[in-house]
Amino acid sequence: MSTTTTPGAADAAAVRRAIASAARPPRPGALSTALAFGWRGVLKIKHVPEQLIDVTATPVLFLLMFTYLFGGALAGSTAAYLDYVLPGVLVMSVVFTTVYSGVALNTDLTKGVVDRFRSLPIRRSAPLLGALLGDSVRYVLAGTVVLGFGLVLGYRPDGGVLGAVCALALVVVFSFGLSWVFTVVGLVLRSPTAVLNGGFLVLFPVTFLSNVFVDPATLPGPLRAFVAVNPISVLATAARSLVDGRPDGTAIVVSLAVAAALAAVFLPVTTRLYRSR
Amino acid sequence: MTGQPALAVEATGLQKSFGDTRAVAGIDLAVPAGAIYGVLGPNGAGKTTTIRMLATLVRPDAGRARVLGHDVVTEGDAVRGLVSLTGQLASVDEELTGRENLVLIGRLLGHRRPAARARADELLEAFGVAAAAGKLVKHWSGGMRRRLDIAASLVVTPQLVFLDEPTTGLDPRSRNQVWEIARALVAEGTTILLCTQYLEEADQLADGIVVIDHGRVIAEGTPGQLKASVGTGALHVRLVDPARRAEAARVLESLVGPVALEPDPAALSATCADARRAAIGMGELGRAGVGIADFSLGRPSLDEVFLALTGHPARTGPAAGEEPAATLEEQAS
Ligand SMILES: Nc1ncnc2c1ncn2[C@@H]1O[C@H](COP(=O)(O)OP(=O)(O)O)[C@@H](O)[C@H]1O
Ligand SMILES: [Mg+2]
Repeated sequence: MSTTTTPGAADAAAVRRAIASAARPPRPGALSTALAFGWRGVLKIKHVPEQLIDVTATPVLFLLMFTYLFGGALAGSTAAYLDYVLPGVLVMSVVFTTVYSGVALNTDLTKGVVDRFRSLPIRRSAPLLGALLGDSVRYVLAGTVVLGFGLVLGYRPDGGVLGAVCALALVVVFSFGLSWVFTVVGLVLRSPTAVLNGGFLVLFPVTFLSNVFVDPATLPGPLRAFVAVNPISVLATAARSLVDGRPDGTAIVVSLAVAAALAAVFLPVTTRLYRSR
Repeated sequence: MTGQPALAVEATGLQKSFGDTRAVAGIDLAVPAGAIYGVLGPNGAGKTTTIRMLATLVRPDAGRARVLGHDVVTEGDAVRGLVSLTGQLASVDEELTGRENLVLIGRLLGHRRPAARARADELLEAFGVAAAAGKLVKHWSGGMRRRLDIAASLVVTPQLVFLDEPTTGLDPRSRNQVWEIARALVAEGTTILLCTQYLEEADQLADGIVVIDHGRVIAEGTPGQLKASVGTGALHVRLVDPARRAEAARVLESLVGPVALEPDPAALSATCADARRAAIGMGELGRAGVGIADFSLGRPSLDEVFLALTGHPARTGPAAGEEPAATLEEQAS
């Protein structure tokens, strides 16, 4: 390091050398820019793990609370309830994480960093697609935390490792679709906090009015009808069937179709809003 | 690199409205290549919107602009390949380290990872922020963030750099460093379009200035021409005895020019077309026995130019207290 100039100060001669010596590399392809943005997303998880902790702490807390407080009453035994609730909490945990796609986008927009990205010679949608890659890492981590907790508590699904991996993969794919809803929310609302609060305001009731925690058989009619069509219920059913080693084809296909439909509607809205911001 | 056109930016009739707000109401610009060109105007004048249209971030409602020979609307990608933007908000990622920020930009511009790292380290060193390179940018001081922001614009050397209020909120030491970097850039042949609301900054850096207000160009020229366009300088006098100010004002009014009383009760100034008349006025004050504490004869400052052009004063310096606590800056020193 140079010791002749004031430490911590810019060195005009070095700045001139750095400017003069710059090479201009060939334009990168779409994949390498997406990977670079994905790397950015992963770095953020590394630097700000609180986000991930926030979002997984709630489901884990519910897992513990429901299993040990109500497990016996709801399913006869704690172990039997754990078998029922764990795939549901897996869904809850990963689905909650999708809100952060919107929060992250909104945070970028309120800072100036999006202007920097948009002034680079790259495709305008590259930051969005790259963020998706980073988000996938977040989803996998959130789901793995829940599965790991389950193992510690004595959860041993019939479907084994393969079933668990398939269930996680399904939930992650569904969350890709759902995350476009929250990127739209992130582009429309004013602040990251508003996105976070708005997201949970919707996701909490939708998650509770599903079969994640309780078997809907005992619910009153209208509520039962809502729970039955709630996509979160369908996804939880599909995930449950996979970890149990008895795949429910209909639930899996419906879950994937819902994800595809959400992406088909909200991805174009996201890119349009993003371009016009 | 192919030869640059003589004009780095050529804009005619640029307009942009946001709802009912006419942010830019028809601006023409001709920015020569290889120099610093200042866009000077108060807060809300339309500087940022103009720069964002030129950097292809905002599509103009009307008018045309060519940047380095390429149309900003139809050849946006070509423009983006040649320019860099250092936005008004720090356009770096606060949740990454300084080094990661520069590596990311390097990779987005097509460098492979080792080359991106090497370039990042070279820039961090040159910009005097290497000591903090591994710390998250949110812990950096405002001055260091600004330097990183400018470094991020230079990962691949652009032909034109947009600097939007690069020293707003910086302490004088950081501000001087940014100025030095800007001068180094131009010395290497880069053109700079500098938006500022600080008259001193435009005066210090810019070879040409366009003054805008309410989305329109209200004056254009070199700093010297702008000062000359207001016409005259001013004779500033401070008396020993404030009680004699009225008498001094009468003398200067009759011999020099229109007199303005200043907030200091012992001070007054007279608009003055030529230096000889100032000398005569001072001589007469001496003969009348009016004690002079000090006096000076100056060409009008850009502040006075701005006041004369717009009828309202511009901000003249960084507002105090905008700088976040310079924790890392101290540690780095
Ligand atoms: N995205 C926007 N939406 C609405 N109004 C805006 C937007 N950007 C700028 N404006 C308005 O346009 C005017 C010019 O703003 P700006 O270009 O930022 O000026 P400056 O950079 O000179 O301070 C201001 O009145 C500002 O409030
Ligand atoms: Mg501005």
